[in-house]
Amino acid sequence: MTTTPIKFYQVGSFAVGNRLLSEEDRSIQSDPNRTNALTSGHRACQGCGEALGARYALDAAMRACNDQVIAVNATGCLEVFSTPYPESSWRIPWLHSLFGNAPAVATGVAAAMKAKGRTDVRVVGQGGDGATVDIGFGALSGMFERNDDVLYICYDNEAYMNTGVQRSGATPPAARTATTQAVGSAPGNVFGQGKNLPRIAMAHEIPYVATASVADLRDLEAKVTKAMSFRGARYIHVLVPCPLGWGSASCDTIKIARLATQSGLFPVFEAESGEVTSSTPIRKKVDVEEYLKLQLRYAHLFSPTRNDAVINHLQEMADKNIRRYNLLNQSSES
Amino acid sequence: MLKQIEGSKAIADTVAACRPEVICAYPISPQTHIVEGLSAIVKAGKLAKCEFINVESEFAAMSVAIGASAAGARAYTATASQGLLYMVEAVYNAAGLGLPIVMTVANRAIGGPINIWNDHSDSMSQRDSGWIQMYAETNQEAADLHVQAFAIAERLSLPIMVCMDGFILTHAYEQIDVPEQELVDKYLPTFNPRQILDPADPVSIGAMVGPEAFTEVKYMSHMKNLQALTVIPEESEKFAQVFNRDSGGLVRPYKMQEARNVVIALGSVLGTIKDVVDEMIHDGYSIGVLGLTTFRPFPFEAVREALTAAHNVFIVEKAFQLGVGGIVTENVRSSLRGTATHDQTLIAGLGGRPITKQSLRTYFEAAIDGRVEELTFLDLDKDLAERELLKEKVGL
Repeated sequence: MTTTPIKFYQVGSFAVGNRLLSEEDRSIQSDPNRTNALTSGHRACQGCGEALGARYALDAAMRACNDQVIAVNATGCLEVFSTPYPESSWRIPWLHSLFGNAPAVATGVAAAMKAKGRTDVRVVGQGGDGATVDIGFGALSGMFERNDDVLYICYDNEAYMNTGVQRSGATPPAARTATTQAVGSAPGNVFGQGKNLPRIAMAHEIPYVATASVADLRDLEAKVTKAMSFRGARYIHVLVPCPLGWGSASCDTIKIARLATQSGLFPVFEAESGEVTSSTPIRKKVDVEEYLKLQLRYAHLFSPTRNDAVINHLQEMADKNIRRYNLLNQSSES
Repeated sequence: MLKQIEGSKAIADTVAACRPEVICAYPISPQTHIVEGLSAIVKAGKLAKCEFINVESEFAAMSVAIGASAAGARAYTATASQGLLYMVEAVYNAAGLGLPIVMTVANRAIGGPINIWNDHSDSMSQRDSGWIQMYAETNQEAADLHVQAFAIAERLSLPIMVCMDGFILTHAYEQIDVPEQELVDKYLPTFNPRQILDPADPVSIGAMVGPEAFTEVKYMSHMKNLQALTVIPEESEKFAQVFNRDSGGLVRPYKMQEARNVVIALGSVLGTIKDVVDEMIHDGYSIGVLGLTTFRPFPFEAVREALTAAHNVFIVEKAFQLGVGGIVTENVRSSLRGTATHDQTLIAGLGGRPITKQSLRTYFEAAIDGRVEELTFLDLDKDLAERELLKEKVGL
């Protein structure tokens, strides 16, 4: 297993970090001539992880294939906030059809490009976790199984945020949503349910699967770039905190995304043809509690009384990820 | 050139001659032979620049067609029955986005109870979807309509369903003049899409439209849909010039000169009806037939004009609205508004029940004598049904 080298300036993108760096080390996002798939002026909430993740992912995809990108979007926040008719924030050809069919529509676009001999044009399908793990799951699995030349990106904010924060198949245990309220003997979402889509994608043995987070945008860019170097079905699962749905401060989006990875709750890794090829080591391990405490959706675990059983259960999940993906002490092993 | 060939095979060969660029399909009886045929044609490399996608559901089939069509490719799929219902959300979406997809519907009943045989309840359920709907009387017409369908759809940038009776047509072997490549190329222009997804000229398709513009968008769709009433006869005429045979159009009158009684129907049952009508004319009855080739948009004017001399119309339908009655009837009735023409509805052939000449003649004779109710179910075992209804004790 190889490791992803960590660069010290990863904390910054457009801010202080860049200005301290030499020209060639600066993030492309600080270049005024950079590609710009998703421009400003859209209607995402303050601190929206999805808007940030989508912009970096699509920009990286554009750079990787000479701007020859077509995006296919599932219904959801990203679609709604980016294209309130007659406005559009997209500077790439963009198609939205339905909630549950983005992977199949992307297949159709890719097939059209192949039929027309435009194999230089690449297709990116995208949607939230509801569109991906629930309603569009069949279409996604079909696209994977046929190994269609589509990169599908899931922006996972762990519930149906656009409709008002209802539980999805990607909602973590204990999280409070509008349909898993913090009431009763086991408040919040139940344990032992839900889908781990990166692993399901790997089971299809598609060329490339990766997870990423908006806490590490350079890593997200690198993974999109790598994904674009493959032909066939590819899948990237990006954790994108949602201040509204998670009950967190808008200014904490990146911090929370980082705590998710540093606690082990959200493992960051890559896989090729069904095998894990690398994982990003945890730099400074934190207890899950640090992650949970910043979000009102977990408030019932701490107030009025602390629920150690559930917190420990969540810690066990994080520890399992750490073991499974070898997220600690990688250098001493190699 | 006439060939003894299965209806489905003829459709596969015809669609291939239209040079589709993306074909996607999910198997469902009785559509299966069409896509099997196309799959073989593509696999054998006989159709250059065409992608055949084996999808995991009908919902995906229509979705792939949507993506392909939006990207500027000529897209085709086929379905039937539950398959059509499974793709409904995408069916409406394709119409809303104005994508000229051509889809064969090999008509079959809708469950439950599950039934795999022919009637029109599948495509009739989609009459308000914004798709153009044409119904083939024969396999020859089914083949010809497919060629015209690509032209009509692409001229209007609207999707179109070519409906052909499942099994009765799809699985029948008969003499068909499969449209020849040379003539199809002469008739059918290259697809010139209204808009495409092109990185050189980015567009956003499928934006969120709010209350401030939704009515206008829908009104425009309605008006565009109505343009089909002009385009369809034009394409029928153009087709006749190239292929030297008559097919398509809005309505097909048969022996209607001054007929007091007119039977209205769509699809393959018109053949049986014409046989019965021939015999009845021979026996001195004043009766004719009006076949509806185009059902959506509904050709109100053409129907009204054709029925000027009619005193009674008998509408034979292979589907109905539960709790209401005839579907075609309501549209015919709108055409006849303000006239004295009387209409009666015969629901026939549900779930594949054979529509026999004898039963039809008995009904027509009774209807002419004024001895039928406004809504009749052909060959219904009423005693049995009433007995069972009593058992259920509906509390009336």
